[in-house]
Amino acid sequence: MVISLLAVASMVVAIGLGPVGVTPLTALSIIGHHTVGVPELASWARTDDAIIWEVRLPRVLLGAIVGMALGVAGVTLQALVRNPLAEPYIIGVSSGASTGAAAAILFGIGSGLGAESVSLMAFLGALGALALVLALARSTGRITPSRMIVAGVAVGYLLSATTSMLILFADSAEGARAVMFWLLGSLANADWSTLPIGYLGMGAGMVLVFWWRRRLDLLALGDETAMASGVDPGRTRLVLVVVVALCVGFAVSLSGGIGFVGLAAPHIARRIVGPVHRHLVPAAAALGAVILVWADVAARMALQPRELPIGVVTGVLGAPVLVALVRKLPHNN
Amino acid sequence: MIAATGIGLRLGATDVLSGAQLCSRPGQVVGLIGPNGSGKSSLLRCLYGMLRPSSGAVLIGDEPIESLSQRSIARAVAVVTQDAADDGIGITVGEFVLLGRHVHRGDHQSFNDDDRSFALEALELVNLSGFAGRNLQELSGGERQRVMIARCIAQQSPVMLLDEPTNHLDVRYQHEVLALVRSLDMETIVVLHDLNLANRYCDHLALLDQGRVVRHGPPDEVLQSDVLEPVYGIEVRRVADGKHAYLAFGPREPCTATSDDRHRRWGHTR
Repeated sequence: MVISLLAVASMVVAIGLGPVGVTPLTALSIIGHHTVGVPELASWARTDDAIIWEVRLPRVLLGAIVGMALGVAGVTLQALVRNPLAEPYIIGVSSGASTGAAAAILFGIGSGLGAESVSLMAFLGALGALALVLALARSTGRITPSRMIVAGVAVGYLLSATTSMLILFADSAEGARAVMFWLLGSLANADWSTLPIGYLGMGAGMVLVFWWRRRLDLLALGDETAMASGVDPGRTRLVLVVVVALCVGFAVSLSGGIGFVGLAAPHIARRIVGPVHRHLVPAAAALGAVILVWADVAARMALQPRELPIGVVTGVLGAPVLVALVRKLPHNN
Repeated sequence: MIAATGIGLRLGATDVLSGAQLCSRPGQVVGLIGPNGSGKSSLLRCLYGMLRPSSGAVLIGDEPIESLSQRSIARAVAVVTQDAADDGIGITVGEFVLLGRHVHRGDHQSFNDDDRSFALEALELVNLSGFAGRNLQELSGGERQRVMIARCIAQQSPVMLLDEPTNHLDVRYQHEVLALVRSLDMETIVVLHDLNLANRYCDHLALLDQGRVVRHGPPDEVLQSDVLEPVYGIEVRRVADGKHAYLAFGPREPCTATSDDRHRRWGHTR
């Protein structure tokens, strides 16, 4: 609850922050003006209005939903593979999305798909990777944690190699830079046209994960315990992997491969609310949103007027946090 | 009531079970014994759907197990598994026991006050009232095993299966846990390694050897040297101290070979 409030407060403050400062109150008034018809005040300039409504608000909203999705995906995968180091990208989906995006950026593949061809190609890439991982993980029967990890890592490597090869063959410094920026993630492409799809896709996935929160508790305790408690671990794992992969697919398509949030948010959340998923899933979602929204503020402000890729910020800030967490883990773990 | 007949199970290239049969008995503790690799745990896993036998039938009540959903199976059969005992996720005792109520609630439903009181009662039954807020990992092996049993009690399934519940426990806790199992008066099937524990706490025994039940009956009948020796390949003696009979074991061949034996074994002649 407190974390959710923190998330909402972060969003409001973050909307005001950037190269051009706008107070949270003005920001709220501008949003109110556009949504519920708060009368326009003389105290804000036209440019403020444009900056808040056209640029920052979509960006913060995208950051919030992507952060939530990555946090929830991290929690889910950690329970599914019974490993605290699992993160959303371990199932190879982001590599697939990257390959799709690189193909679109460098070779214009899928340009017939319209203005959002890069995002669409990324999403198709994510689906392709998911299909491949599932085919490998299920080839010998029930999906087990180790099969899932191995299949995900193998597909991830294969697709990363493919992306590198695409960059080499394209032989375009400009294109390589664009792909690089995309790989490291950015919320700069947020706009009102793609937000609803993202909210719908990721929101639906998160609702299902929360619906099945108790299954996550049982799977985290082990397949036999899950089975003995009336939960088929193989089928549950299959459904949840697909749902999480779709969530991550949406996230990566809209904002690139933002690392560490999916790993750090669940761990910090676990420290605050404990391991029971009834609390852990919402807490990781809210924390993911907080982390990503602030990381984006740092990305915008750190090297003004240049913008850092957000993945660089989450990596630089996330690594020490993770090291600190690991040092505190019990020795027998 | 749960009954398995003619169970065959093939894992990879190995026949783990071939024609095994087993039946729970109302109000009794049935012990499943046998040497390592004889298929005890595998047979138990077939009884709650964790493993699907390649031949034979498992009946829960009158229904074949394949016709039941996993949730219906769990409503009929509660299991003390081995995997949750070494859990590292840091869950509390209360939350863990409460998860036993999952079979009675839909995925979306939260646990209610009834569920919570069932969980607390279960903890009382295993003498762990007051432990609900403790971290499962902080408990001793014996306490943790009692928590596992409390989860099964909270599940309210008429049949309870236990897979080697005395593993890793010292002698005191072994007796404590099995005395608890007995005192519950539930229809129980328990996999046990220790034949003296099986003798003391089970009403009925099934002896497995190479994937089939070679003998079943009351402990006095099954735990005889002529029955056990060929199965375990060791010497078995029954020792009675008036009140209880105990089994003593020794290797079939003497440990210290005579010099004659050594020479014979290495092919020397005098």
